[in-house]
Amino acid sequence: MSHPAKASEFLQDAAKAKWHDETLWFVRDKRDTISKTIPEWEELRELASQIKDNVLANLYEYLVQFEEKATANGIQVHWAKDAEEHNQIVLSILQKHQCKAIVKSKSILTEECHLNPFLENSGVEVVDTDLGERIVQFLNQPPSHIVLPAIHLKKRDISELFHEKLHTEKGNEDPAYLTHAARLHLREKFLGAKVAITGVNFGVAETGEFVVCTNEGNADMGVHLADVHIACMGIEKIIPRRKDLGVFLRLLARSATGQPITNYNSHFRSPAQGKEIHIVLVDNGRTDQLAREKFKNSLKCIRCGACMNTCPIYRRSGGYSYGSVVPGPIGSILSPGLDLKKHSSLPFASTLCGSCTDVCPVKINIHEQLYEWRQEITKAQGTNAKSISMKIANGIFAVPFAYKITGAMMRGALKILPDSITYSGLNTWGKQRDLPETPKETFKDWYKKNRS
Amino acid sequence: MIQNKNIALFIPCYVDQFYPNVAIATLELLEKLGCQVSYPIGQTCCGQPMANTGYERDTVGTTKHFVEIFGDYDYIVAPSGSCVLHIKDHAPAIAGMEKEQESLHNKIFELTEFLTDVLKVENLKGSFPHKVGYHASCHGQRGLRLGSSSERNEPFFSKAKQLLDQIEGLEWVELTRTDECCGFGGTFAVTEEALSVQMGKDRLQDHLTHGVEILTGGDMSCIMHLEGIAKRNQQTLKFMHIAEILNQAIS
Repeated sequence: MSHPAKASEFLQDAAKAKWHDETLWFVRDKRDTISKTIPEWEELRELASQIKDNVLANLYEYLVQFEEKATANGIQVHWAKDAEEHNQIVLSILQKHQCKAIVKSKSILTEECHLNPFLENSGVEVVDTDLGERIVQFLNQPPSHIVLPAIHLKKRDISELFHEKLHTEKGNEDPAYLTHAARLHLREKFLGAKVAITGVNFGVAETGEFVVCTNEGNADMGVHLADVHIACMGIEKIIPRRKDLGVFLRLLARSATGQPITNYNSHFRSPAQGKEIHIVLVDNGRTDQLAREKFKNSLKCIRCGACMNTCPIYRRSGGYSYGSVVPGPIGSILSPGLDLKKHSSLPFASTLCGSCTDVCPVKINIHEQLYEWRQEITKAQGTNAKSISMKIANGIFAVPFAYKITGAMMRGALKILPDSITYSGLNTWGKQRDLPETPKETFKDWYKKNRS
Repeated sequence: MIQNKNIALFIPCYVDQFYPNVAIATLELLEKLGCQVSYPIGQTCCGQPMANTGYERDTVGTTKHFVEIFGDYDYIVAPSGSCVLHIKDHAPAIAGMEKEQESLHNKIFELTEFLTDVLKVENLKGSFPHKVGYHASCHGQRGLRLGSSSERNEPFFSKAKQLLDQIEGLEWVELTRTDECCGFGGTFAVTEEALSVQMGKDRLQDHLTHGVEILTGGDMSCIMHLEGIAKRNQQTLKFMHIAEILNQAIS
């Protein structure tokens, strides 16, 4: 299903849609408030943006430096060109250690690689240890938001789910009670796992260390109890120096949730005695995106989710309406690079309002890239009857006096739009809106009579 | 001196068709402020609907025509932030017309910014005793930076407020979400109809909750969408373009 169809479905439950909008607006509002307590906020964004530009311009050198330093620190570095290679590498490490049960903290990359189903098909039990992720895992759903994976669910949903899965009291919706139940459940899983998988927020080229940020401490809990730590990292997560963290950590938590700092920012540099750290550096389409001049700076993303919280579309259509691993505005500029056809409706799921661009802590010009993807998508459709009809429309507009067909403008546009977004048919304006009254004369006519 | 300048009025195609009164108000307002304004009769659509739909490359004809029609004027003023932004940011480069295009981009203005930045209007004499809610269109707001953006850490400013504050009796109503999109978005209004309407309803509610009597703005496209929803739902809000308020107030 395309974005408009799914969005329309989401809006059917008006009360829940309103709640979803207001909940995410609350997060955006917290972010606004805290960002305004930092006088140099805009300079920080600029600095972060420039550091990331530098990284993207010198990615090869930084990655090689990172590998050298990490290897010298005793970390085992692996390279994966795509999701399949990534999954195979992870599985081979698990097999070497005869590991049949792992714990995993939040990692959008492993979602992107579909690691969970892959490991489960190979007989490995995977337990997501972030509370929100565990909730959606119980439901066999993907996260609906990259920072708040279960934001589409209400307390009552969680209560019912935990009653079924963790045998909590029926009808008890107390968050502290439910969280405590999840904690007890996860403790057992932490104690039983020989291997812990984490994502990576930042890989520091200068030192070969990497940083994992969680609010729940679940990454640390998993890693410290396990013999083997596998960290899965997209190659764009490199930063040049440890001191650059001072810029990114300040921006990340404030942009994500409005907190001054993420609760746990854990640095991993070398394995403790008798233990192993592996890092898997994953490309999976990133170098292709880097080669696209207009879209490469989408790789600056630090996955704070602020563009989702601010997006008036995301707030009213939910993460699942996008049908991509990363939803929302940033997802809509990343996903077409992975599969243009599948994600062709996403760049149109926007009014180009620009709020995403203004909220982005690394200043990605998200709405401009949405506009550019639209150009690419119509090109990829080739010259067919649709684009020809647009040329005709263009001809009409170019001829003075002949453009008096504003209605035809909309109809013309509808004819050439990708099929995936024109599900609603031609006469859609008037379904829930009155049309403007047609005046007795146009301005042009008035002007001729009164001024010339 | 502004009196010696040739100012062209650029009226978006849908304003010409559906809202001639907004165009007339813009013209009269500028004339009252001492401007020599003419309306180049051969003007057409700027090409924005096509470009935003993914066919910027097919707007070479309209863009060329636009440059030819407006190129010789000292200033071009439009009662629309959206169409002005299109000319500045998304009109394709025309081979051989680079200089004309660049110069055009420096002399085209949305109405409120022309009043505050070029005419430097500081002392409008007029009265409009109403509670007014301002809808900041996104293309004006974040595209042309006609006001401070709620996402950014920057001192408050609003070119529209700067003007409306000069009018006696006019009460500027503060909204909860000061610059959220109304959901018009060009073809988005029809391709994502359900979302578009919901966004519009939410914007209207913000104005109604705060006791707004007249909703105004700098882009009739947003207002057309909002007014269409309000009328369908028998909401009593009135709608005026900012040019209409200013022109009526100072007459």
